[in-house]
Amino acid sequence: MKVKVEVRFKEGVLDPEGQTILNTLNRKGYDFVDDVRVGKVIEMEVEDGVDGYEKKIEEICHAILSNPIIEEYKIIY
Amino acid sequence: MKAGVVVFPGSNCDHDCYYALNSIHGVDTEYIWHKEGSVEGFDLLVLPGGFSYGDYLRCGAIAKHSPVVDAVVDFAEKGGHVLGICNGFQVLTETGLLPGALIRNKNLKFICEYVSVIVENAKTEFTSYYNDGEILDIPIAHMDGNYFIDEKGLNDLLENEQVVFRYCNADGEISEEDNPNGSVYNIAGVINKKGNILGMMPHPERCCEPLLGGNHGYYLFESIKNFLKGV
Repeated sequence: MKVKVEVRFKEGVLDPEGQTILNTLNRKGYDFVDDVRVGKVIEMEVEDGVDGYEKKIEEICHAILSNPIIEEYKIIY
Repeated sequence: MKAGVVVFPGSNCDHDCYYALNSIHGVDTEYIWHKEGSVEGFDLLVLPGGFSYGDYLRCGAIAKHSPVVDAVVDFAEKGGHVLGICNGFQVLTETGLLPGALIRNKNLKFICEYVSVIVENAKTEFTSYYNDGEILDIPIAHMDGNYFIDEKGLNDLLENEQVVFRYCNADGEISEEDNPNGSVYNIAGVINKKGNILGMMPHPERCCEPLLGGNHGYYLFESIKNFLKGV
């Protein structure tokens, strides 16, 4: 089974990469773009039928894949 | 007194720290490999700069889960003195031993230059050889030194005098212009509430003797050395 995790900066945390992309888009005339946030996608191949895997995936996301001080994550099964 | 310099795959300031502690300050110093599960016998641990585990995932994120860091956390929680420099600071925030987080520099560039920082708190065991308000010339070399903390966290830091160093200009004035990486409140270094864990982006080990261009970092190691020796 594939589990996809999206990690991105929380609202309120400056995203310098996003800001730079936004500036470029606006400069190129795409002035309808109001904000850009850059994140990352992590794909994991996990064994089927693992007991309580949802809780374990949450644990992985919270403790390792994201830093809750600055980032939020979304798990997509 | 014995100091340990933790070595992760990708650390690259470990030898500089060893040299500063051992050759300049005469402290008995040993390297500690990241697979070590114990840090017994040490009085001071230094997490050096570099790119531990290639900065994969986030700076310091993989190092946080290495065996030696479990031992470092245990040591620190029992009151042991820990100094994290640059990548070491990033590891300390990742572990939660220090508040906040370090994100990409505002200008997205790797910055390698001498900057001025002002000593905000000279009462710590790491900074007692400085004076409050003293201005240090000290090198920085990082891509992810932009210190982030939310408003509540910043208020806590200020209330407890945990901000130790701030970026400033040569006259000690603080403005956004003299904030090289975009850090909240121009923060360059913070200490935990208990005062035994210091994290900083600037590199004191790179300016411990005039031959290397400056010696303002010398007094940081001298402070903590003499504190631990009971001088």
